[in-house]
Amino acid sequence: MRLTVDGKTIDIDAEPEMPLLWALRDLAGVLGPKFGCGIAACGACTVLIDGAPVRSCILPVAQVEGDVTTIEGLARDGTLHPVQQAWLDGQVAQCGYCQAGQIMSAVALLDEIPEPTDEEIDSAMSGNLCRCGTYPRIRAAIKRAAAMRAGA
Amino acid sequence: MSRAGRIARRTFLVGAAAVAGGLAVGYYFYRKPFPNPLEDGLAEGEATFNPYVKIGSDDRVTVIVPRAEMGQGVATTLAALVAEELDVELDAIVVEHGPPASAYANVTMIKDGLPFPVFDESTLANLARDGVGVVGKFLAIQGTGGSTSTTDAFERMRQAGATAREMLKSAAAEKLGVAAGTLRTEAGRVVDPASERSLSYGELALDASALRPPSDAALRPRSDWRLLGRSQPRTDMHAKVTGAPIFGVDVSLPDMLFATVRMSPRRGARMVSIDAAEAEKLPGVVKIVPLRTYLGEGYGVIAKSTWHAFRAADAVEAEWGEAPFPPDDAGIWSELQRAMETDAGTALRNDGDVDTALADAPRERVVEAEYRVPFLAHATMEPMNATARFADGVLDIWAPNQAPTLLRTVCAREAGIEEAACNVHVTYLGGGFGRRLEADYAVFATRLAMEAGGAPVKVIWTREEDITHDMYRPAAIGRFTARLGENGLPEALDMKIAAPSIMASVMPRFYPALSALGPDATVVDGSYNQPYRIPNYRVAAVKAPLPLPVGFWRSVGNSYNGYFHECFMDEIAHSSATDPIELRRRLMTDFPTALGAIEKVADMARWGDPLPDRRARGFAFTLSFGSWVAEIVEIADTPEGIRIEKVWIAADVGTALDPSIVEAQLFSGAIYGLSAAMNQEITFADGMVEQSNFHDFDAMRIHQCPQFEVAILENAGRMGGAGEIGTPPAVAALANAVFALTGKRVRQLPLSREVAFA
Repeated sequence: MRLTVDGKTIDIDAEPEMPLLWALRDLAGVLGPKFGCGIAACGACTVLIDGAPVRSCILPVAQVEGDVTTIEGLARDGTLHPVQQAWLDGQVAQCGYCQAGQIMSAVALLDEIPEPTDEEIDSAMSGNLCRCGTYPRIRAAIKRAAAMRAGA
Repeated sequence: MSRAGRIARRTFLVGAAAVAGGLAVGYYFYRKPFPNPLEDGLAEGEATFNPYVKIGSDDRVTVIVPRAEMGQGVATTLAALVAEELDVELDAIVVEHGPPASAYANVTMIKDGLPFPVFDESTLANLARDGVGVVGKFLAIQGTGGSTSTTDAFERMRQAGATAREMLKSAAAEKLGVAAGTLRTEAGRVVDPASERSLSYGELALDASALRPPSDAALRPRSDWRLLGRSQPRTDMHAKVTGAPIFGVDVSLPDMLFATVRMSPRRGARMVSIDAAEAEKLPGVVKIVPLRTYLGEGYGVIAKSTWHAFRAADAVEAEWGEAPFPPDDAGIWSELQRAMETDAGTALRNDGDVDTALADAPRERVVEAEYRVPFLAHATMEPMNATARFADGVLDIWAPNQAPTLLRTVCAREAGIEEAACNVHVTYLGGGFGRRLEADYAVFATRLAMEAGGAPVKVIWTREEDITHDMYRPAAIGRFTARLGENGLPEALDMKIAAPSIMASVMPRFYPALSALGPDATVVDGSYNQPYRIPNYRVAAVKAPLPLPVGFWRSVGNSYNGYFHECFMDEIAHSSATDPIELRRRLMTDFPTALGAIEKVADMARWGDPLPDRRARGFAFTLSFGSWVAEIVEIADTPEGIRIEKVWIAADVGTALDPSIVEAQLFSGAIYGLSAAMNQEITFADGMVEQSNFHDFDAMRIHQCPQFEVAILENAGRMGGAGEIGTPPAVAALANAVFALTGKRVRQLPLSREVAFA
């Protein structure tokens, strides 16, 4: 089975019903997406497929059509993606476990809505659970990233 | 303190080596009560100065932060303690957790577990605290808990940096032929201002580390701090925004196998039978292993991927025995109720004469209430996991864990080897909240590694296993009576609280031969030690004999005693038609630190100003982990349900070493408490936990998250904790706001039993 992950072509020997998350983590060694719930309830496993956010823990790998982008593929030539930079500047992460999923959802949001309102942020991000409660800084970082991209 | 007390205290300190600081600063470096664990693992050209500092000839400075980084920022703040004194920048050092070792024992954690309020500076309290230093050293527990990391490290790790700095200066003085006193240090170099010559730490490290450590290296006064007291970029932030493989689940080793476990869904019940025939035929399965351990029975599946292990585990048929506790909530509550009725308990606070004061109280002056809180799961984002390898008689364990010396003890015992043959590697933790003080997941991983022919096995639990096999925050019942005086203030307050004992549950999980005797202060922590003056004031703890696994959950006893104490205080205020903050002003006159936090939060929120329609506020105060925290929660009645609009927090932590991190911990703690208060409960049926994943044990989502306004105060005389203190008052302030909004006094959590949240 052939996937395009973070711009690289990878061949994996997976059963078709294996969720993308485990194909990435255990077969391809792409450890950025995290396992949190296995039922698409927490968002820690979020990746982008052709730019759209997907919960990789329930998506059978055989159904993947399109390019997969994980947290590991956001930075370009050592330069952080504006959303990552905004997260760094805003000192968002605490334990950090959910943050890969949070950042991927935020990237997808800003690609669709460059200057989201508070309600649009809440709506796009409510599928990503954070037990540390980093939400206040996530909101601020998304606005910071929106401003960075508008100014770029 | 009396002279006799001082002398006795000094005697204890000498015996105890006083690693927590105070009189014996520098004692470690002088006497070295424990070996430096870094001496065995040095790289070529690397030198170690003490258990916290390594410097390589390539100028690489490594600081050991021997505490679990679970989001609370220790990998930044504790590293800054060393960096401040060593004159290196935080972004120029490498931070490592280091090996488990007695040298890293957390004495403050053990001390703060004693049944004395933090404001009790009596001789007895101090003697007991120092006496425990001996016991803590004996057990030498390296733990991250009780919000103690910063307090415990404050002297020790600055001393570590200062001592290394002075040794580097001495070595430089020798090389340059000048007096050490004329040299200064900056940015990783020793500089001779007179000649403008300088030497890098790397050039000096090997010579310097061979010198005798000074016992009197001076610590920088606060006025000279460059890093401490200021917000620093976190040392772990870059890894966390780039998805670096830093967590337990990310451990990757050559030839690694993957596994999961399914332990009895009735906690403590036997596995009566197991049929793995069908499961063994599934693709990817390597081995299915029955597990019969002192921590429970069940089975593990070793496979070629985590998903293969999960799938095969679902296909195993097992029968389970009966749970050793009442099988459903009705039975569990009635056991708690029975304990409340039949056990007088231990009064950990007993001022005045409560019985007499209540005996002749006129009916109309009496306020009575009974409160309940449910069991709660920790639900860390990273499910329980550990990776183990058992090869050539050596056991290696990689785990996100808060107590690595205890983990080593139990895993070595499980494998039947000496602790010296067990290496523990602590990863970053995807959340801890107390759950990872336990080592059950590592014990199971050890057993599976023993069946894997020397291959490493990464054992990851499903979320369902994690929620149903937690060591839960105890359920508790509180029964309270107050007698109001003519001035509306309580003349008597009687609180009796019954809960399963955390200490009695935890102790046998680590030391099966030991039992926790005596009172368990965690039952009443947050009720018995609050800074109120009430003439007759009794708080009694009842240890309910329920053999359900309970454990440390962020803020521990404070998590529900904050709710009990502060909601009942709100009832008293309401009964006497007194403003809730005014009531505290009058009851806390002896505690200016408490009053300072309360006045600050009242100012911030403009307490007392009229609110728009359909809005209401609640207030609560809890002194926990040495910090004084007042919170106001404002809620709104909306068509979708109650919305938490805004939370104001004023917290006096004594000294805030990193304001940004302290602020993050405060709103983090509050959100953790609000999540539980709104919706969370663990319930039982047929001996099993009924909740299983985030669909039925959810937490606050971003659309439910209020705005926060946080003030950090530094008036308290002692440095307090930060990681847990936001939680207790948040729960009570929300419940009090719900009363103000709806008139419903919700005396059993979660609040969603009686009101709906948006």
